[in-house]
Amino acid sequence: MKLSVWTYEGPPHVGAIRVATGMKRVHLVLHAPQGDTYADLLFTMIERRNHRPPVTYTTFQARDLGSDTATLFKDACLEAYERFKPDLLLVGASCTAELIQDDPGGLAEALGLPVPVVALELPSYQRKENFGADETFYQIVRKLAHPVERSAEITCNLIGPTALGFRHRDDIVEITKLLSELGVQVNVCAPMYATPDDIANLGRAHFNVLMYPETGETACRHMERTLGLPFTKTVPIGVSATNEFVDEVLGLIGRARSECSVDSRLPWYSASVDSTYLTGKRVFIFGDGSHVMTAARIAKEEIGFDVVGMGCYNRELARPVRAMAKELGLEALITEDYLEVEAEIADLSPELILGTQMERHIGKRLGIPCAVISAPVHVQDFPARFSPQMGAEGANVIFDTWVHPLVMGLEEHLLTMFREDFEFSDTAGPSHHAAHSPNQEIVDQPTSIAASDQSANIIWLSDAEKELRKIPFFVRGKARRNTEKYATDHGVAQISIETLYEAKAHYAR
Amino acid sequence: MPNDLSPSACSAAPILKERGQHEVFCGLTSIIWLHRKMQDAFFLVVGSRTCAHLLQSAAGVMIFAEPRFATAILEETDLAGMADAHQELERVVSDLLSRRSDIKRLFLVGSCPSEVIKIDLATMAKKLSQKYHPDVNVVNFSGSGIETTFTQGEDACLEAVIRDLPNDDKTQLAVLGALPDVVQDQMMRLFTDMGIDDVLVLPQQTAGIPAGVGKNTHFICAQPFLGAAYDEMVRRGANAIHAPFPFGANGTTEWLAAIAKRFGIDQDKFDAATAGPKARAERAIAKVSETLAGRSIFFFPDSQLEVPLARFLSDECGMKLTEVGSPYIHRALVGEDLKLIEHNAVISEGQDVEKQLDRVTACNPDLTVCGLGLANPLEAQGLSTKWAIELVFSPIHFYEQAADLAGLFARPIVRSDLLKVGGAI
Repeated sequence: MKLSVWTYEGPPHVGAIRVATGMKRVHLVLHAPQGDTYADLLFTMIERRNHRPPVTYTTFQARDLGSDTATLFKDACLEAYERFKPDLLLVGASCTAELIQDDPGGLAEALGLPVPVVALELPSYQRKENFGADETFYQIVRKLAHPVERSAEITCNLIGPTALGFRHRDDIVEITKLLSELGVQVNVCAPMYATPDDIANLGRAHFNVLMYPETGETACRHMERTLGLPFTKTVPIGVSATNEFVDEVLGLIGRARSECSVDSRLPWYSASVDSTYLTGKRVFIFGDGSHVMTAARIAKEEIGFDVVGMGCYNRELARPVRAMAKELGLEALITEDYLEVEAEIADLSPELILGTQMERHIGKRLGIPCAVISAPVHVQDFPARFSPQMGAEGANVIFDTWVHPLVMGLEEHLLTMFREDFEFSDTAGPSHHAAHSPNQEIVDQPTSIAASDQSANIIWLSDAEKELRKIPFFVRGKARRNTEKYATDHGVAQISIETLYEAKAHYAR
Repeated sequence: MPNDLSPSACSAAPILKERGQHEVFCGLTSIIWLHRKMQDAFFLVVGSRTCAHLLQSAAGVMIFAEPRFATAILEETDLAGMADAHQELERVVSDLLSRRSDIKRLFLVGSCPSEVIKIDLATMAKKLSQKYHPDVNVVNFSGSGIETTFTQGEDACLEAVIRDLPNDDKTQLAVLGALPDVVQDQMMRLFTDMGIDDVLVLPQQTAGIPAGVGKNTHFICAQPFLGAAYDEMVRRGANAIHAPFPFGANGTTEWLAAIAKRFGIDQDKFDAATAGPKARAERAIAKVSETLAGRSIFFFPDSQLEVPLARFLSDECGMKLTEVGSPYIHRALVGEDLKLIEHNAVISEGQDVEKQLDRVTACNPDLTVCGLGLANPLEAQGLSTKWAIELVFSPIHFYEQAADLAGLFARPIVRSDLLKVGGAI
């Protein structure tokens, strides 16, 4: 039993729904109690989909358990087939139906429907959402994709995008454009937008582009074995990664490697002098493994941040995330417990968090700016405008998104120079965030998790308190915590101006 | 058609009963407002990852003050042996209570998986109550989807709370149902003005105030979904007061009048207490109903508020009812509202969502009240919709909220009239 308040991933059947909803002409019949239909609103509300997910829930009740839930399932299958006439029927069970062991796969097979049926095994008490998506897509490919004649022109498949994915919609457009510039056409994009017929034609391509390892890797490995399709290993997020991805694609199609870099504004924006203030900003990165690893590289090599902590919630990618963290001299935080993540962030006091919607909330509580880089995300992370993460435009979007929560370079200098001028009230916050200026009360409070225990017995002398207020607000919380930590570590009971500057020197980088 | 049907004729009115896919939340969803209302209570769901995911998704946005609810997620090992599951739960509760000393009431909330594998949470609650007595009272109820629909979670919670109350034979009024604080305060002022001072509101905000029920308790429901709590009160010897629910000027007046009648309040005193706010509410409703009058409305089953709200919208705002769907129709509770609408609407109970979607398409109403899963698909089809869940989160009861309530229904219509770029796809 694991006590959980918020979860990074839903149960595996939500992963199956993400695949079914991304595809066309597919229907999923899910053996599930009433209430599990809440999953529909993830798609209709958060992603603003204009259609219900193609899912029929049997919605059995307690009184059905005594009689015949199997018949209920069979009737639901038949009615769903008659009403929606899908080309492929998926059947599975949610957590409760798994316990009553009705065998949806066997029941559906016995109905003799004139379309292929894929029975999904979704172990709800062991696995989670990403596994559910990866497994569902793999089972569909396994059932429908067989060797076919290669296309005459060079083509590839885009593998991994699903409904409710973080920027999947726009990444598909950006990568399709990039590939087309390399002379490679897209054969099939799947699961998103693919029909069962498209799945049968996956083998026409010359190789696969694995966009999202979380949801497409098992299928890619299967296609490598059975269809002879190699797949790309680089996730093209960031300038360097996109360049490497281009090289990887050119290698796969037997063309000479390219000398020129992708056409992104990120390198110049990073080099321009206003970005000087980004140097060494301490960032903490958390999310799904793939996005975290790409983000860590961009943070360090392309923007010049200092990565002070990183980790992921999906254990499937724990190994590479740990390895990368080690290269950066860090120990990766692999957990699905947001309280652990919050404690780590409070402890590290970074200047910027790159995370999921959970970290955005943590950042709000701790008064630390946050940019979202990974699922799970909320409605505001499905913007109306084109905003991919991948390719050249993705790098532009990332530069803007990560820098936006921070106070701008020139402004930071002005605040420091004029902080005692009443017109530069530092409670106003960054000038481009009129509606989001941090609440001083909250920012200044020692956070409940961070310093509260240790600072309980420490007294701030009034001179030191005054001096602290002269420090710009966006680093004041950190200065307070660092000073209190320094005082605790050095057995100082009263914080004077001296202590404040001793601590400043101690933590200087 | 006049509304003069006798109760016996009403109960004979046909209700369209359906069984098929239910597009509704389970009772666990009630925790989202219950935990805000009961400030010393913690709700511990014993369930699966799905339960935890539901709670955070249904909340829409995450309420990030550390919430007073959580899920003890069952894992493979918990399914293997029952003794282990009980031990595990004891450990989780002990961890929780040591971290949160502010908790005075702990609800162990059953879920679909805990019900199916028959974890005995009732016995666990008794055992834990003894262990943590007198600091923490541990109570069990079920919010599982196999037994409860959406607001029935509050019903089950309240039923458990009432079962635990001691006997008290003093004459008092009891009001059942969680109301927003501002609304509850207005209600209490109305009672004071009417001369009724001994009022017990359940659920109580904190456990500290002594409360009991007995044969001289006269109770009324402020929410229409409290069938089991109602039955439990009757079982405890309390006397039910029946009235339309307090939505709008008329609904509120009728509801208060039924209480006044039971407590023998004279008409002058009643009028003095209600005439002012009633007139104010009527004036405010009149403005908003300009948008609503003559428009048609269709209710998908969701919170069980459908029948009383349909009564308000047709009776006080001039809307035309088409279908009024509700997960359950408790005649003992909504009978008074039902008899005011059933002659001019199709009343449906239960759900087959696909068939109901066919009906809403055929009927093409001006406004459709439905759950979050259906709203955007229907908007894309060109229908204006009102999210039903907002109705359980917003202050909508009594005189001062009457126009706000009408406004919740007017806003989508006003909006679709405003937009000139066409949202339908």
